[in-house]
Amino acid sequence: MSILHTPMWRRRAVDRLATVLVTGAFVLALFPLFSILWTVVSKGAPALSPEFFTYSMRNVVGEGGGIYHALVGTLLVTAAATVISVPIGLLTAIFLVEYGEGRRLARWIRFLVDVMTGIPSIVAGLFAYALFVVFFGEGVRMGFGGAVALSVLMIPVVVRSCEEMLKLVPNELREAAYALGVPKWRTVLKVVLPTSIAGIVTGITLAIARVIGETAPLLVIAGLSDSVNFDLFHDRMATLPVFAYSAVSSPGVPPGPSIDRAWGAALVLLLIVMLLNLVARLVSHLFSPKSER
Amino acid sequence: MTVVEVSRHPVRRLGDRVFAGASTGAAITILATLAGVAIFLTVEGVPGILASPDEVKSGESFLPYVGPLVFGTLLAAAIALVIAVPVSIGVALFISHYAPRRLAAVMGYLIDLLAAVPSVVYGLWGIGFLAGKLVAPYGWLEEHLGFLPFFAGPASATGRTILTVGIVLAVMILPIMTAICREVFLQTPRLHEEAALALGATRWEMARLAVFPHARSGIISGAMLGLGRALGETMAVAMVLSASGVVSWNLISSTNPSTIAANIALSFKEASGLTVNALVASGLVLFVITFVVNVAARLVVDRRKDFSGADA
Amino acid sequence: MATSIDVSDLNIYYGDFLAVEGVTIPIAARSVTAFIGPSGCGKSTFLRSLNRMHEVVRGARVEGKVLVDGEDLYGDDVDPVDVRRMVGMVFQRPNPFPTMSIYDNVLAGQRLNSKRMKKTDADDAVERALRSAGLWAEVKDRLDRPGSGLSGGQQQRLCIARAISVEPEVLLMDEPCSALDPISTIVIEDLIHELKAQYTIVIVTHNMQQAARVSDTTAFFNLAGVGMPGRLVEHGATEKIFSNPDESATEAYIQGRFG
Repeated sequence: MSILHTPMWRRRAVDRLATVLVTGAFVLALFPLFSILWTVVSKGAPALSPEFFTYSMRNVVGEGGGIYHALVGTLLVTAAATVISVPIGLLTAIFLVEYGEGRRLARWIRFLVDVMTGIPSIVAGLFAYALFVVFFGEGVRMGFGGAVALSVLMIPVVVRSCEEMLKLVPNELREAAYALGVPKWRTVLKVVLPTSIAGIVTGITLAIARVIGETAPLLVIAGLSDSVNFDLFHDRMATLPVFAYSAVSSPGVPPGPSIDRAWGAALVLLLIVMLLNLVARLVSHLFSPKSER
Repeated sequence: MTVVEVSRHPVRRLGDRVFAGASTGAAITILATLAGVAIFLTVEGVPGILASPDEVKSGESFLPYVGPLVFGTLLAAAIALVIAVPVSIGVALFISHYAPRRLAAVMGYLIDLLAAVPSVVYGLWGIGFLAGKLVAPYGWLEEHLGFLPFFAGPASATGRTILTVGIVLAVMILPIMTAICREVFLQTPRLHEEAALALGATRWEMARLAVFPHARSGIISGAMLGLGRALGETMAVAMVLSASGVVSWNLISSTNPSTIAANIALSFKEASGLTVNALVASGLVLFVITFVVNVAARLVVDRRKDFSGADA
Repeated sequence: MATSIDVSDLNIYYGDFLAVEGVTIPIAARSVTAFIGPSGCGKSTFLRSLNRMHEVVRGARVEGKVLVDGEDLYGDDVDPVDVRRMVGMVFQRPNPFPTMSIYDNVLAGQRLNSKRMKKTDADDAVERALRSAGLWAEVKDRLDRPGSGLSGGQQQRLCIARAISVEPEVLLMDEPCSALDPISTIVIEDLIHELKAQYTIVIVTHNMQQAARVSDTTAFFNLAGVGMPGRLVEHGATEKIFSNPDESATEAYIQGRFG
C-alpha cells in the first residue's frame, strides 16, 4: 500500500485532480449530446412545415418537396421488421428462460445472441442483399429486404430485453399455476407474459427506437426513391435516414434547399427516436409491477 | 419394484409440445440466421474475391483492394478507442462514485441518450458542426506537433479527416462502454470500498485500490464491445470522411484511408457485376473481424461471470 | 370424496443425486398429516413428489410408487397436470397472481385453463371457496381489487381458496405459516381443522407446536448423515410421536436437541 505512505498534501492534491478529471469527463461527454441536439434543432426546425410532412420529392428540383415518402417508407419498413422480430425474439426469450435451463443449446443461443448484437448494420444489409439476390436477381431493391436486414439487428435486442423481463417473474407464480393443474404453455402465456408485459413492451419499444434510425442496411437493400411507395415487395423505398443521408451526399444544384431538408429529416428522425425512448420509459414507469395500494 | 423413469416417458400435452416446439424453433431460427449471414456473404462474396483486376471497378485484385480498407477500419476504431476508454471510465466513475445518488440515474440516462441518436444524425453533426470547428486545431497540431507522423499535415481545410471520424466514433461508442463500466463499478464489493476508506484512503485512492482491480475485466470487455461498434459503424464515417483509399498514418490531412463499411455504403449504389461481389466480400471481411472481436469480448464477460458467481 | 395416499419405497432423485430414500408411508383420508424434521431432510421434496411438483426441476425423477386411491401417480400414462388438479398445493410464501383481482385469483385454476363458466356458477364457486377459506367476510366487498393488496395472512387464505376452488381431493401445504405473524398463523391452523372434514391434508412444518396442534398423524424425517439422502425415520399418531416416540432421534428432535 505504497500510496498510503505518500505525503498527505500530495494525496489530497491527487484526489482533487482526479475529481476534476472525472467530473470533466462527464461534462465532456455531455458536450456532444447538447451540441448535437442544438445543431439539429436549430438547423432542422426552419425546414419543418406542413408541406414538409405531406409532400414527397417527386418532380421537385431546388426548393419545396418533403419527406412524406420517406416517412411512409420508414414506418412500413420498421413495422415489418417489428412483425418479424417480435415473435422470433420473444419466443426465443421464452425458450431461454422457460425451456432452456441447463441445456447446452440455450447456452449457445445466449452466447450467439450476444455476438449477434455486435453485427455491423452494413453487414446486415449486405446479408439481406445477398439473400434476396438469390431469389430476385442482381440489383434487387425492396422495402421488405430492409425489414429483413433490420430484423437481424433487432432480434438480439428483443431477445435480451425480453429474457431479462421474463427472468424477473418470480418462480413462485409459475409454481402456483402448475399446482393448480395448469399446463406449462398456459402458465407461460397467461401468467408469465401478463406479469412481465410492461417490461416486454418497453424492451420492444427501445428495440424499435434502435433500428428506426438505421441507415446503412437500408441504403444497400431498400435504396432510395423520390416517390411514395406503399409496396414493401416491389421497387425502391425511401426511408428517413437514407433520405437525410442522400440529401447531403448528393444535394444537387443549388445544394442549399436539399441540405436544409436533410437537417429537417434528421430533426424528425431524432424526435421520433426520442419519443420512442420517452414512451418506453413511461410504460415501464407506469406499469412496473408495484404492489397496489 | 416398479421403476418409473419420468424423464424417459413424459406424458406431454399437445399444447405443451406445440409451444415448446415453437419457442425452440425460434431459438434455432437465430442460429440459422447467423449461419445464413455467414453463408450468403460467402456465396456472394467469393466471386468478388476471385475476380480478376480488370473485372472490377477498382482495377485491383481483392487483397490489395481490401488491405487499405482494413487498415483504415482499424485505424479509425483505434483512434475512437484511445479517446473513448479514458473518458468512459471517467464518466462511469463519476456516475457510480462521485455524483450525488439522486442525480446519478438522470446522468446515466443522459449518457444513454447518446446511444439513441441515429448514426446519420452523427454524420450530419460531424460534417455540419464538428469538422468545421476542428480545422483550426488541426492547423495548430500541424504547426506544433508536425514532427510526429500523425500530425505531419498538410492539415485538411475541411476538417473531414480520419481523426474527426475517430472523435465522432468515440462519442458513438461512449454510451455502451460507460454503461458496462458503470455496471461493474457498482458491483464493487461494499466491503472493499469501506475497508479502503477505513484505511484513510481518499476517494481516488479508494477507486484505485478497490474499484479498478475489481472492474478490470469489465472495462476490457466494454472496450472490446465498443471496438466492435466502431469497426462496423458506417454512416458517420461515410459522411464525415474525405477518403481516398490510401494507407497513411497522417491523421489530419485531406488524404485519408477509407473504412470497409464506409466504402460499401459509398460504392454500392453505382456498383454492378463483380464489383458488387467484391463489396460483399469486403463486408464478409468486416463480419469476420467484428465477429472475432465480439466473441473475444463476450468470452471475457462470461469468464468474469463464472469467476464472480454473479448472475447464476 | 377425499382420498388416501399410499407411498411405498419411494426414492427421489435430482439427476444422479439421491435426495430422499426409501419412504413408505400410508396417509389416511380426511386427516391431517404433518411432516417434521430438520432443514434439508427432504420433507419438502417428498411433499412435492406427492403432486409431481418436484419435476419442475430438470432431471428430477422417482423410483417407487405413490398410489392415490389405488392409482399410481407415476404411471406411464399419467399426466402430471392431471395429478396436480387432484392434489392441490399451498406454498411457503403467499403467491397470489399480481395481475389478477381477488375474484380472478380464486378462479385462477379455471381461468388459466380457459374453462367456460356461467357468471352465476363462477360467483357461486368464488363465494364457496372464499367461505371455505374463511376469507369471504373480509373481502366480499372488494372482489375486484388486486389480490396483492391483502395482508400476508389474507393472501395465504386467498391461496388456499384458490387451491380448493379447483376441487382437489388432497391439499399439500409447504410450511404455509412460516411467513406469517402469530395471529394469522392461528387463523390458518383453525382453517386446517375445518378443511380436514373434506380434504386429505399433508402439511410440512418447522414448528413442532404447530404439528402437535393441527395434525392427527406425524412423520419425522431426518438425514442419515451429512451428504446422505433424507429418509423417513418414523411415523404414527401425533400424540404418540410427541409423547413416546420409538426412535431416539425423534425424541431428541422433538425436545429441541437439534435441528
